[in-house]
Amino acid sequence: MIYSVPNPPSPCKILEFDPEKCTGCNICVETCPLDVMLPNPEKGREPLVLYTEECWACGGCAEECPNDALTLIAPTKQRISAIWIRKSTGEEFRVGMAKVPEPNTRPPLGNRR
Amino acid sequence: MLWYDYIKKTGKVPEWPYKVEYGKEKVVESDVLVIGGGVAGCRAAIEAARRGASVAVAERGSVKRGGQGGAGVDHWHGAVTNPCSKVTPEMYTQAFIESSKGYTNPSARYIIAKEGWDTLRECEDMGVQIRDEDDIFKGAPFRDEETKLLFAYDYESRNCIRIFGHNIKPVLHKTMLELGVSIYNRVCITSLLTEGGKRGARVIGATGVNTRTGEFCVFKAKAVVISTGRVGRLFNFSPEVNQFSSMLDMNLSGQGFSIGWRAGAEFLMMESVGVRGASENNYVPYSTGNCSNTYFGTPIVDSEGREVPYLKTDGSRVGEYGEIFEPEKPEEGGFYIGVGVGLHQPIAKKYRLPDIDPDIPNKIARGEYKLPLYADFTKMPELERRALFGLMIGNEGKTRVPIYRNYTRWGFDPDKDMLLCPPGEPMNFRGSCWWSGGGKGVLNSMSILGSGYLTDWRLQTTVEGLFVAGGQPVNGSGCHGEAQTTGRYAGRQAAKYSRTAHHAEPDPSQLEAEKERCYAPVRAEGGIGWKELNSAIVRIMEDYCSQHRSENVLKLGIKRMRELMANEGSRAYASNPHELGRLIECFGLADVGEMIMEASLARRGSNSALSFYRTDYPNLDEPEWDCFISIKLGENEAETSKLPLDYYVREPYAPTLQENYSLYGAFDA
Repeated sequence: MIYSVPNPPSPCKILEFDPEKCTGCNICVETCPLDVMLPNPEKGREPLVLYTEECWACGGCAEECPNDALTLIAPTKQRISAIWIRKSTGEEFRVGMAKVPEPNTRPPLGNRR
Repeated sequence: MLWYDYIKKTGKVPEWPYKVEYGKEKVVESDVLVIGGGVAGCRAAIEAARRGASVAVAERGSVKRGGQGGAGVDHWHGAVTNPCSKVTPEMYTQAFIESSKGYTNPSARYIIAKEGWDTLRECEDMGVQIRDEDDIFKGAPFRDEETKLLFAYDYESRNCIRIFGHNIKPVLHKTMLELGVSIYNRVCITSLLTEGGKRGARVIGATGVNTRTGEFCVFKAKAVVISTGRVGRLFNFSPEVNQFSSMLDMNLSGQGFSIGWRAGAEFLMMESVGVRGASENNYVPYSTGNCSNTYFGTPIVDSEGREVPYLKTDGSRVGEYGEIFEPEKPEEGGFYIGVGVGLHQPIAKKYRLPDIDPDIPNKIARGEYKLPLYADFTKMPELERRALFGLMIGNEGKTRVPIYRNYTRWGFDPDKDMLLCPPGEPMNFRGSCWWSGGGKGVLNSMSILGSGYLTDWRLQTTVEGLFVAGGQPVNGSGCHGEAQTTGRYAGRQAAKYSRTAHHAEPDPSQLEAEKERCYAPVRAEGGIGWKELNSAIVRIMEDYCSQHRSENVLKLGIKRMRELMANEGSRAYASNPHELGRLIECFGLADVGEMIMEASLARRGSNSALSFYRTDYPNLDEPEWDCFISIKLGENEAETSKLPLDYYVREPYAPTLQENYSLYGAFDA
């Protein structure tokens, strides 16, 4: 079906849910200070992301998610030059690239969870 | 799931998920009402509740993670009474007075200095890690081995503490719940209620609109604390491209100023508009290479590996790496004043640290440095690198998830990698905060700076029963230390005040008029939406209130703003409670715009300390204008007056900071 809808919003894909992990508990919906998301009308499903341009990347949703089901991705425009270079090889990487080196598994410092 | 994917999948436009009852009244009564549940508001609520007051908090977003400090914190300014500090509260306050040439709020600065460390220590008791308990940084030059405190920026004077504060907001939230504080999330406060509905009379509560249900909230209280944040969306509004790079979230719309203005409170320094880099068209904070704030001390190299030096204020090169963190004139009482503390740059030399070569733009233009530059973490001593990325980026709000979590998942390792500084124009490398585009050489993000309510030594405004706290409302800007300390102090004062104040019933005509104003947009037809209105407000500020101002242009600006709000503004529509909240905020933004233009009109002299330029009064710093301009809304028009810069130590106050603090602040009841 072809729908009459406004142009695609920008940014478009700021929040990605892992449908395998998301239980539709809506803790992220309740946490978000900007009310970017709405509960999915279908219970138990991942929330709807409605107000994409209001997200200011605080990450509260991802922090509070009990199942680590949420990834917060910056708009493409702000990732395209946010690049790091591995000194030993000269390779370049950024968030969102398909080619990824081994993840760095070192957690942030602090002993409170 | 993006809404569009939902439509594609189901063929339906999703219904609004919350039951909407526009205008249905919900009445809440408490001793103390806190408006704004960010870190300042939470501390005010906790303190008032601990002192026996019943407390309600009205928060625009959601208290658990809301507010500018909601996402966490990595360092705490103003902890000058910590056991290792070489700075006294008097020195600290003096540094702000000197650096701002008197254009700051010294009473609030002094309160922050006196109580900042205690306020942080209470965070520790509540569950925030503020020490290197696991001895990760043993032997580091920024660690005190006895207390295990870790210091930031200035390792000598030790007044700014690195903390592991990623969980600070959930911890405050939990404490509030334990203390029985009533929390009302998703409430856009729209007005203050005053006794008899009269402007300037005692504040007895507030009204708000729930942005999910459309309910009309009536808060009745004996004392009110305003602890809202800064004002975004006024000089710059393009969320589609800049929200992720913003340090001001969309809820920061100046509502906390507008409601006080309409209630008749006085404000200072509203004409002070500074250029803030952080916003338009830039990068996610700390996502690209730079050497400012959190990344201070990061070695910068050019594409051929040539290192860009850090220089002292006299232009000489820093020798050993550790000298970057040393104030230059400790023997003269010099120390580093901090970053993001609400002052126009540059601050007095005595209170600075070395910084990256300020001549980088010219050297790039001449080909001496070859783009791109990189932030080379691998050149740092290991413990410095761990403190910077593991501790600070790993705990600071706005970096823990989008930078630490994402970058490490995609393989970033500061032990092995350098971060690119996006190239572009050489001028982009002015200053050191390159991710923000602060050096782009255009006024790409102006914002009030240093502006706030006129307060007494109790942090009470000129309207009885109304107290203020927080980075912006009290002293123009600031971070967790400033916000939480003034919050705790205002909560203490409000609780005390509420013990002798009585409840008063709101004036019915005030409530009716407010309801009419707030709900007109849900009945409006054929008008514009909130984003278009917001953009038009911004355009007026750009056109009529730029950095160089004059009487005739400012007057045109005020006229345009009133025309806009009387025409398009009065017919603007809201199709659900979310849009209604954003639209009501636009009404507040227009008020703040007028406040800025009125205050700018009243200052008939250019002023270097405020970066304030009048083309019709070009002479800089005339003594007769070396004073504050106080502004309030009178019967119908703005009323302005002059106030001496040292009002806080003049009648009716005592002549010194210490005496005033003892008289008004230091009580234990």
